[in-house]
Amino acid sequence: MPEAILETRNLRRFFGGLHAVKDISFRVRPGAIQAVIGPNGAGKTTLFNLIAGTLAPHGGQVLFRGRPITAWKPHAITALGIARTFQTTRLFPHMTVLENVMVGRHPRTRSGFLAGMLNLPRTWCEDRQIEESAHAILEDLGLAACAGETASNLPFGRQRLVEFARALATEPSLLLLDEPAAGLNIYETKEVASLIARIRDRGITCLVVEHDMSLVMDISDDVMVLDQGQKIAEGPPRAIQRNPEVIRIYLGDGHAQSPEP
Amino acid sequence: MDRVAVIQYCLSGITHGSVYAIVAIGFNIIYNTTGIINFAQGEFVIAGAMTAISLSAVVPLPAAIALAVLLTMLLGGLIELVFIRQARDASVLRLIIITIGLSIVIREAMLHIWDEKVRSLPFFTGTDTSTVTLAGAHISTQALWVLGVCAVIVAALTAFYRFTATGRAMRACADNRMAARLCGINERRMVTLSFMLSAGIGALAGCVISPVTQTQYDMGAPLAIKGFTVAVLGGLGNSMAAVAAGLLLGLLEAFTVSQFQVAYKEAVSIVVLLLVLVCRPSGLFARRGIVALGGS
Amino acid sequence: MRRRRYLPILAGVIFVIALQAVLSAVGATYYMTQVTMSAYYALVVIGLCLLMGYAGQVSLGHAGFFAIGGYTSAVLTTCNLIAWRESPWVCGCRMLGLVVERQDLYGATLLSFAPWPALMAALVVAGLVAFLIGVPILRLRGHYLAMASLGFGLIIYRIVLGTPLFGQADGVSNVPPFRLAGGLQINGRPAFRVQNYYLAWAAVLASMVLAVNLVHSRVGRALRSIHQNEEAAHSLGVDTYRYKLAVLVLSALLAAAGGVLLTHYNGSIGPSEVTVMKSVRYVAIVAVGGMANLWGAMVMGVVLNFLSLRGVFGTYDDAVFGLILIAMMLFAPEGLLRADWWRTALSRFRRARHA
Repeated sequence: MPEAILETRNLRRFFGGLHAVKDISFRVRPGAIQAVIGPNGAGKTTLFNLIAGTLAPHGGQVLFRGRPITAWKPHAITALGIARTFQTTRLFPHMTVLENVMVGRHPRTRSGFLAGMLNLPRTWCEDRQIEESAHAILEDLGLAACAGETASNLPFGRQRLVEFARALATEPSLLLLDEPAAGLNIYETKEVASLIARIRDRGITCLVVEHDMSLVMDISDDVMVLDQGQKIAEGPPRAIQRNPEVIRIYLGDGHAQSPEP
Repeated sequence: MDRVAVIQYCLSGITHGSVYAIVAIGFNIIYNTTGIINFAQGEFVIAGAMTAISLSAVVPLPAAIALAVLLTMLLGGLIELVFIRQARDASVLRLIIITIGLSIVIREAMLHIWDEKVRSLPFFTGTDTSTVTLAGAHISTQALWVLGVCAVIVAALTAFYRFTATGRAMRACADNRMAARLCGINERRMVTLSFMLSAGIGALAGCVISPVTQTQYDMGAPLAIKGFTVAVLGGLGNSMAAVAAGLLLGLLEAFTVSQFQVAYKEAVSIVVLLLVLVCRPSGLFARRGIVALGGS
Repeated sequence: MRRRRYLPILAGVIFVIALQAVLSAVGATYYMTQVTMSAYYALVVIGLCLLMGYAGQVSLGHAGFFAIGGYTSAVLTTCNLIAWRESPWVCGCRMLGLVVERQDLYGATLLSFAPWPALMAALVVAGLVAFLIGVPILRLRGHYLAMASLGFGLIIYRIVLGTPLFGQADGVSNVPPFRLAGGLQINGRPAFRVQNYYLAWAAVLASMVLAVNLVHSRVGRALRSIHQNEEAAHSLGVDTYRYKLAVLVLSALLAAAGGVLLTHYNGSIGPSEVTVMKSVRYVAIVAVGGMANLWGAMVMGVVLNFLSLRGVFGTYDDAVFGLILIAMMLFAPEGLLRADWWRTALSRFRRARHA
């Protein structure tokens, strides 16, 4: 197996007396779409937060391309090439769609306070580049028409796409998607699925937390199953579907014996 | 410093400290039910005292105090109904700024009603020279009143919270507003009640300390800051700890006065406030790991 | 499209010139004094607007930075080093032109710092203090930050009130005028009125240019993103802590600059510039002008301070600002002068008429 782009070793996190994440070790293949599934409360979002730096682990390590990034601050992790989206959309409500995406260009650009205040020519250049690349991303995702709209005015499905665009603007090599299909209807979910596949085809690895099984089965290359903070299975989608442990935690004990044809 | 002087300073310290504790408890009551820091808390103390002073010219002292407390409670309730309730969906920070504005307006109103003269209530028993001797030190009878009244307030509040239905309802609101509402508790009324209660105990404290410190229209703000310092020192929301923290601040101030210039007395509470905010924002008595990240 | 942001500056310049022409023509040049003072106060407001409106941090102690600037400059330009004239430090400073001789009212010779080095020193001190305060306090959120800034303002107040070096209750007076290049000087005397009017406005408009540039730049977007959703901004690569600290320092520098310039204009500074009420006023002005609206805040800063200085509010001065705070927070938390607020109000009015 080629070197994992992301690896965790014995990752651990408590909240009070609760083990939100308990000894999770796994590896993500570069260029793959890996799904993380599990019932509610399994620790999926906590795992994301630990990887993205929003939470500090109480034990264990996170490695990106072999480098330990455990407990790094979120902005530093993004600068390295890991971007994330959130379970509930966190757009900047009073900024336009274009401006939202332009903020995404932040880690790849440089003008600071002084350059900003003095509005030097090299700052203009960089600003223009930021605007152009933001436009390009919006076009790519079919959002060019609403570039000038205030973000909070958009319908929910579009807001989700803007969050994608924003995360893509940071030029990530690894994208963490926290329930990208949450709240979307069937058509929007299919759109999101093909978008994720397109992103993967460009060489960006995707780690996806998701409840929607059709999306998971459709596009993932690998699946990891969590339950109560622990990893209980991992493998290709079809194998997971047939795994009795997985069936048991989702459907209860009575179904553990019936394998999928 | 000889033993008698030490006791004297300590007594002075805990006398003032108990008033700070009452102001802090007032902060905690409102904070617990709403997450707001009520900047106008200090003004309640002064307004209560001023009202009592004016009333004591026409009615006997106990009636004047009782009436003043009642009127201040009405003021507290009015403030909640007119201003706080309007802005319910506002962020906690906006509400705090509103209470700052309110404290200014109330203070200016007091200035225009009572002007900037220093006044005070008469001593409850005896005169300004009557003292009681305790272990060689002389303690003013009014100081005994202060300690007594504050102790009664704390005891009454504890009883109220533990044994009455309304008190339990308020605790429920403080703990989990949504759940309280689902249990049929009218949490809006609880909020109004918490403002009235805070105003009432503040007014009472103001009346009882008035003969000792005198009362002037602009004493509210410094008192509010000391009260907030004590509340944070004990841990925001923790009224039992506020009592201990209040006595602690009072003693610190008395100690400072005894060793350094009087001018530094005011600086003590601010330094304590900044130190607590920077080093241990959850307060001295909080369990580790509970870091306050903004309002409720 | 880039030029559009500078249009208000142009309008501002035209307005300033027009106002001066009108006042001179009418013979009411004494109004210029209050306008000049209000302009210097507006410098504080611009900085506070960046901090509160764009970075979303509340400061209830900004008058403290104004005072640090003003008092540092006042003390440095009024101190008398004549007793140390032989010491190597003083000689060195004299050679560099940092320390100059001047005459006092009675003709005796004094040795004090010149205004330019005093200004630099004031800015350095203010910036340093802001940095030192910011490092621990910007980790806190919400009301803790507000209270800490309040505590900071109070400490500064107590320090200037209690220290003989700062003149205690009387403050520092006999501050010399600030001689700029080419015969211009910041001086409150009537002969220099028109000159100082333009100097003050030059300072304000220059600061506005810098601030407007900043807001439209990459950093400005980052700041707005921090204000609107800090966690999302952080996850997009914005170093939120460093930016908040930087804006705090920047706003402190602006406030201190206002303090220095006004002190030299007035010739004195006193503890009344550092009270909690002053800090609260600045907050009220930013609230009215529009939290994220630089122009609104600046205009309101000049207008409200001017009215207050002219005594229009009488004894209700403080109460007016208190009421403004309450009203703004209740009814118009984004401020009164927001363009889109007017647009929505206007469209609603139009719709009602056509309904």
